[in-house]
Amino acid sequence: MARVLINIPRQARAGEVITLRTLIQHTMETGYRPDAAGVVAPRDILRRFTCHFEGELVFEADFSPAMSANPYLVFTMVARRGGDIALRWVGDHGFDQTETRRIEVT
Amino acid sequence: MAADVTRMNRRLLLALPGLALMPAARADEAAMRSLMAEFTAGAPITPGRVAMEISPLVENGNTVPLSVIVASPMTPSDHVRAIAVFNERNPQPHVITVRLSPLSGRPMLSTNIRLATSQRLWAVAHMSDGSFWSDSVQVVVTLAACVEG
Repeated sequence: MARVLINIPRQARAGEVITLRTLIQHTMETGYRPDAAGVVAPRDILRRFTCHFEGELVFEADFSPAMSANPYLVFTMVARRGGDIALRWVGDHGFDQTETRRIEVT
Repeated sequence: MAADVTRMNRRLLLALPGLALMPAARADEAAMRSLMAEFTAGAPITPGRVAMEISPLVENGNTVPLSVIVASPMTPSDHVRAIAVFNERNPQPHVITVRLSPLSGRPMLSTNIRLATSQRLWAVAHMSDGSFWSDSVQVVVTLAACVEG
């Protein structure tokens, strides 16, 4: 499991726009970078990030090798009601990780 | 005539080392334009409504903070469907594409990207009415990413 840093408020008022910050540990090897011996390291990147709120798509991103190592994303969501926010990263070599955070809306 | 040919050949020979030094994998403006046309399905792109924030002088191309904000009320009838970022001179012209919905709240995105060299970046927003808007920024990169270790 890759280490993740997720910053989502635990509570929000109904209708409030909340900011979600996510960072996941990943080298995002571009496939263009030669090592000391001149051998190009094969590509190993995260390709897609999705954020669902109770099954409804909030935000989706497709990555290219031009994304920095440890992909960092900031985006927003309207907090209409309480529920689970599912964050999922999918990448090369079968990488697939999902993190869930619960938000309470008052 | 013969002298002309010799001079031409000499010029070609002089140019060769320079050509050999150019990295093989480099997106160019034409490749970026065709990828942008693919994103817009051939629809015209109008400058405006999109604001891309990036430092014009980048010291380290490995991690370049980038923000894109689009002017849109984000209502079900008028919202941003997608934002895509393109570059002219990385090995690949595509950087990131995000898809949004009215549930997204604000049409914004912040992330960190890699830049192989000094170049122009483009952000294109796809609105729910089918129109496309863009912003572009020229950046100078002192330490390149991707190609060097």
